[in-house]
Amino acid sequence: MKQFMVFVRKEFYHVFRDRRTLLILFGLPVMQILLFGYALTTEIKNAEIIVVDHAGDAASQQLTTMIAASKYFDINASDKSDEDIYKAFKKGKVKCAVVFPIGFGNDLLNGEVAQIQIIADASDPNTAKTLTNYLTAITAEYQQQINPTANIPMRIEPVTRMLYNPELNGSMNFVPGVMALVLMIICTTLTSVSIVREKEMGTMEILLVSPFKPTYVVLAKAVPYLALSLIDLIIILLLAVVALNMPIRGSIILLLLESTLFIISCLSLGLLISSVTRSQQTAMMVSMMGMMLPTILFTGFIFPLENMPWPLQFISNLLPSRWFYVIVKAVMLKGLGIGVIWKETLVLAGMTVLLLTISIKSFKTRLS
Amino acid sequence: MDTVTLQNVSKSYGKNVPPALQDVSFSVKKGELFGLIGPDGAGKSTIFRILTTLLLSDKGTATVAGYDVVKNYHEIRSCVGYMPGKFSLYQDLTIEENLHFFATLFGTTVEANYALIKDIYEQIAPFKDRRAGKLSGGMKQKLALCCALVHRPEVLFLDEPTTGVDAVSRKEFWEMLQRLKQEGITIVVSTPYMDEASLCERIALIQTGQILSIDTPANIIKAYPGKLYALRAPKVYLLLKDTRQYEGMAQCYAAGDTLHLSFKDEAKDHPAGLLSWLESKGHKGVSIEEITPDIEDCFIAKTSIHE
Repeated sequence: MKQFMVFVRKEFYHVFRDRRTLLILFGLPVMQILLFGYALTTEIKNAEIIVVDHAGDAASQQLTTMIAASKYFDINASDKSDEDIYKAFKKGKVKCAVVFPIGFGNDLLNGEVAQIQIIADASDPNTAKTLTNYLTAITAEYQQQINPTANIPMRIEPVTRMLYNPELNGSMNFVPGVMALVLMIICTTLTSVSIVREKEMGTMEILLVSPFKPTYVVLAKAVPYLALSLIDLIIILLLAVVALNMPIRGSIILLLLESTLFIISCLSLGLLISSVTRSQQTAMMVSMMGMMLPTILFTGFIFPLENMPWPLQFISNLLPSRWFYVIVKAVMLKGLGIGVIWKETLVLAGMTVLLLTISIKSFKTRLS
Repeated sequence: MDTVTLQNVSKSYGKNVPPALQDVSFSVKKGELFGLIGPDGAGKSTIFRILTTLLLSDKGTATVAGYDVVKNYHEIRSCVGYMPGKFSLYQDLTIEENLHFFATLFGTTVEANYALIKDIYEQIAPFKDRRAGKLSGGMKQKLALCCALVHRPEVLFLDEPTTGVDAVSRKEFWEMLQRLKQEGITIVVSTPYMDEASLCERIALIQTGQILSIDTPANIIKAYPGKLYALRAPKVYLLLKDTRQYEGMAQCYAAGDTLHLSFKDEAKDHPAGLLSWLESKGHKGVSIEEITPDIEDCFIAKTSIHE
């Protein structure tokens, strides 16, 4: 036991004396969370729009004002001709245009069908769809305003409610995903690199030629990184709550326990990588590049898993991060308890046990 | 009983490379200072790794302190001290931290066996708060030796401990080994420097994975076949090519500022014959005398017979 403690202390020395490790450990999570929380978002704000008003009446101007007032649009110009629209689209600065035909206000007031034309740059279909939806919504709102008592027969009015995230805040979706991503990368990279470094420096030879059992070497490597990853987890959660206004609706204890489980599974993966690689550089490449891409693609926080063909869905099921993501969303955003996520927890626990067993078994008691 | 034994050990790292060890057998007595002498790539490190249970041999058996290197590897790992060829301590830990770490790892304390390492440790103690990566070559070796000794091993394996170390530190290092020997520790040491061979009690000359001979350094020199001559001249490097062409020349090679050579047979007129042959080639001021061979000469002689 004393041997074990001394080994763990030595690992902490390594971490705190190496700037590169410290940077990965504490710089990466902060950077990722802020990056995904603020910079990378699927929301569209302040899209530039052109309004061409052939009507020039009160109704068209009121609607234009409403568009300008919404946070989604910035009116680029409102005095352009039809030809100018296409020129502006070609330059790529303008994403959307609204054209009011002559007599728009008259049609509206006389009970005829008043039309407006919406033109969107669909080279990015998602943006185009989102913007036209916003415009349709604004138009509907205007219609309600000018005619609140209108009683159109057999009308369906959908009343939507955005559960868990009424403001449609994008970071709600990202933070759990980024948590999975960051923990995955940090845990696998640091553990694999730290073991491979012993191989590269030749210290592994001395460690092996000692009464300290190889299994203990593996465990003594994992313990410090488990502790450091938990600190990372707390940093991430603090950032999410304080800087990104994320709620933690469920039990914090449950969240921490589930995260610990996930961290252990990532550490085991790192140990596994270390036993098949020889140089720190390869270990770093495998754990950073090899883990980052699948985690981003198959965790579900950027690309929805439901739409993927079954082979990709199958692959996604093999990733611990995919299950962790579901768990974090359930606990943090929906405030659910273990009763709902026991299945995911069980899968994650199974993966952890499997990975840890394989990594301990595959750790060699001799060289090569 | 012998503390270290190897019997017909062979090891190959792959089908397409020449074997690292071929049928190597030797044994080291208890308390002996045994040297493995050979150039780089001779297979010295492979022998160490097999004996320290880090590598499995393809064929043959080996024991250390009475334990089999395959079956009882765990026992061996507790009772040997190993210093790999490459400096293998934690560069980002200080001298003191390294020593303390390895002492604890072996289930002991620095204080418990301080008497054994005292002489060596005192030389580096003034720098005990300095990180190992910032030490000079000689100090690194001393620290590594301390770490390998801190649990008072029965057998000490030192793989090229003096490579990359300055001449003074090398001398000191061998003096330390002599003192450790008096403590009753069996020492197996390897070196590519032939001049260090005479400091061992017995040596094994090793080349391309094969043992050329095993004996005391004195006996190996005694067993030198024939006579060895040294050729001196003001510009000795010009001589080598012509000397080699002399009829009856067995071997001729540069050794420091002289040429060492031996003849195919012991005919008396060879030295004089060589001198006049060289004079006829235009060399001046050449002298020749018979000398006692050193280990390097023996090694070269053995290698040529071997080939």
